[in-house]
Amino acid sequence: MARLNINGKLRDVQVEPDTPLLWVIREQVGLTGTKYGCGVAQCGACSVHINGEVMRSCAIPVGNVKATDRIVTIEGLSATSSHPVQKAWAALDVPQCGYCQSGQIMAAAALLKKNPKPTDKDIDEAMTNICRCGTYQRIRAAVHTAAGRKEA
Amino acid sequence: MNKFSSKIPSLSRRKFIIDSAAVGGGLAVGFNLPIGRAADAKNTLRGNEVNAWVVVKPDSSCVIRVARSEMGQGTHTGLVQLVAEELECDWKKLSIDQVTAGENLARKRVWGEMGTGGSRGIRISQDYVRRGGAVARVMLLQAAAEQWKVPVEELSVAKGVITHATSKRSTTYGKVAAAAAKLTPPDPKSIKLKDPKDWKIAGKPVLRLDTADKLNGSKLYSIDLKLPGMLHAAIRQCPVFGGKLSSFDEAKIAGMPGVKRAVKVNDSAVAVVADTWWRAKKALDALPIVWDEGAGTAESSATIAERLKGGLTASDEPFAGWQVGDALKAIGGAAKKIDAVYSTPFLAHATMEPMNCTARVSAERVEVWGPTQNAEASLAAASEESGLPLGKAEVYKLDLGGGFGRRGGTQDYTRQAVAIAKQFPGVPIKLVWSREEDMQHDFYRPISMCKLSAGLDETGKLQGLHIRISGQSINAFLNPAVIKEGRDMRQVQGMYKDPGDAQFAYTVPNLLIEYAMRNSHVPVGPWRGVNTNQNGVYLECFIEEVARAAGTDSLEFRRALLHDHPKHLGVLNAAAEKADWGKPLPPGVHRGIAQFMGYGSYSAAVAEVSVSAKGELKVHRMVLALNCGHAVNPQQIAMQVEGSVAFGLTATLYGELTVGNGRIQQSNFHDYAIMRLAEMPKVETVIVPTYDFWGGVGEPTICVVAPAVLNAIFAATGKPVRSLPLKNVKLV
Ligand code: FES
Ligand code: FES
Repeated sequence: MARLNINGKLRDVQVEPDTPLLWVIREQVGLTGTKYGCGVAQCGACSVHINGEVMRSCAIPVGNVKATDRIVTIEGLSATSSHPVQKAWAALDVPQCGYCQSGQIMAAAALLKKNPKPTDKDIDEAMTNICRCGTYQRIRAAVHTAAGRKEA
Repeated sequence: MNKFSSKIPSLSRRKFIIDSAAVGGGLAVGFNLPIGRAADAKNTLRGNEVNAWVVVKPDSSCVIRVARSEMGQGTHTGLVQLVAEELECDWKKLSIDQVTAGENLARKRVWGEMGTGGSRGIRISQDYVRRGGAVARVMLLQAAAEQWKVPVEELSVAKGVITHATSKRSTTYGKVAAAAAKLTPPDPKSIKLKDPKDWKIAGKPVLRLDTADKLNGSKLYSIDLKLPGMLHAAIRQCPVFGGKLSSFDEAKIAGMPGVKRAVKVNDSAVAVVADTWWRAKKALDALPIVWDEGAGTAESSATIAERLKGGLTASDEPFAGWQVGDALKAIGGAAKKIDAVYSTPFLAHATMEPMNCTARVSAERVEVWGPTQNAEASLAAASEESGLPLGKAEVYKLDLGGGFGRRGGTQDYTRQAVAIAKQFPGVPIKLVWSREEDMQHDFYRPISMCKLSAGLDETGKLQGLHIRISGQSINAFLNPAVIKEGRDMRQVQGMYKDPGDAQFAYTVPNLLIEYAMRNSHVPVGPWRGVNTNQNGVYLECFIEEVARAAGTDSLEFRRALLHDHPKHLGVLNAAAEKADWGKPLPPGVHRGIAQFMGYGSYSAAVAEVSVSAKGELKVHRMVLALNCGHAVNPQQIAMQVEGSVAFGLTATLYGELTVGNGRIQQSNFHDYAIMRLAEMPKVETVIVPTYDFWGGVGEPTICVVAPAVLNAIFAATGKPVRSLPLKNVKLV
């Protein structure tokens, strides 16, 4: 049994405490925008925000998460896909298959919150999620667009 | 505004009414479609099917049907552009409807083949989908002409609004669709398609139609599917290829939370079924399993390499290949001789969405929901595995989280889901592979080696070239019937004699190209770009060695050999020009160039790299030139080219699977690394379509990525790199 604050709502879930947060979000809570890619904190497909920090939810046992921790998933990033990152992603046609993009968008949103005008080097360091389709060039450009400036 | 003058020639038509009745009785309508299509299907029914490709709703918005799979490559948007171009509908008011394999079967394959691989999605369907749009347009105009009692020649149409200028009347597609649907369609072949230079929607860099739900988590991939009463399965397959399941001790996991049962899956796998996937996986990890690992355990990377080496020098066996003149004699008598042996490893697809499939099987029906590049292959697999006839099978495909060749002909995951679901009659079972299973049970890019020899005359002209490839054959594993007398030409892809698909373009007076088949127990299959990847490395890196031995500039040496093949030469020149070949670079930066052909398209690349004193490589910039004949969406093409650079560079830098005790030794992204954003070079795409053929886009450019980079490294270090990946190579 765990009590979670996800996208501003408190949810009680029946689950073993060693279950990764990713699977609780996907299976018990039913929000499937957060993806499984590796399960070992390598790919970032499972990225969510916890108290404003981007975290890889596949590597966090749900038992370590408190009801006071604010979890935001891709579904909770904005009500109408209006976050600047989402808008930039749409304008630049970033996604290919799209499977990694929830995680990419969550990583970019967290980066911009901390660093509203990231340099290319900042983007290199913060955006470490895997995209097997290879959308990296457009991700970089879209982060700059979301930051309100042309590509550095 | 376009004017059309088309009389409708008569052709017998199977009316949609009849079709839909047949469909309702047998296949597509009348059973549960709990995903996507349910809502769509209702809307579709409110519209009028003008023909198989086009449904027009009362508000004139159009539903365009597509049969090919979308896995990120943009095929859906491209196909809809082609239909819409001929249809003359409003681009802002259309949606995509994916037909199912069962519907296609029931309507005698009115939508053609559904398989999506080999970069064929657009080039093979372009003619009939454009005619599909054109036929619908002609029928809609004819309906308006009949209503107004005016000659159809006097009508014009734009964005779904039909106008009769003389009488100043206008109507819309939505208003005439019902009447149009009752007309006899013209013979599609009788319609003249637009000249691409008149295209208004096709040929333009329009945004994809399928982006919105990828931005907010609402897109449903197959792995996200939820069906009422569904259970979840986690699977473990014998770690040694060819091995079998001996036994498992189900009692040890009885009572674990959520667990229903452990079941045998065919001969070589076991699955645990539970109420959630995580609980199934946890129980599977706790399940004692005994394998009969079989003869494969004797295989390792070393034994496989030995076998391949044997193929490099073997003499008395059938080789696939072709020749001109006498290469061995010419090289033997040459003033200067160059020899090299290259090698490339097994690679995994590692689609971002792991293998998964949902199946529900009863005595009467088998239904499958899955990420498939070939819904008809999935249908056949579901039918065979369930023992039910094709007519009692249905496949709902969901857009794939990556395909890259893994989910086409190889329907192992579909068969497994059906095999498990058979043991739970009526219950939908969602099978999801862990990343570890995915990495260790792929159909890998085949391992190979290549021995090359060249002979130059005193003036540095290439007189003889001998290429001997030795390695695994994809056909031997997946399609042995096509191999005749031990010769498999597919493994020399990119070095074919014949034009059109993947032609060898250098004119060499004495040439010998051979492939010696050397198989192992490791499953192999098509991997984005397939055999053009390694063959591109072999040929283009060796040509670089030969050019340097001849003391000739890399670009000039190639140009001189390409005079008989203007399209190959065209892309080479386009890449060189865009990259300012020959002009100075910043200190420490070096260029490399390559050209190659695959999937009916011509590709060339220039890479700019630097290698630090410590041997660290940085790829700064890549320019790629592509002639794919017709460019349906330049922005999508650029995205595919960028993606191919990431895919190709990942292989070049890191890609390698090794074999020990008969099993793959890597298991996840920590030991099978994928390139990240920081390593992505600046990619510039030059599209040079000649509009006299239709080539592919998703795969062609990948084969020039590695050789361009390796040739730039050669320029930087003065040493050729002959074995991949670079993580194993000391550059300085
Ligand atoms: S699934 Fe969590 S990092 Fe890959
Ligand atoms: S868009 Fe396909 S994995 Fe990133």
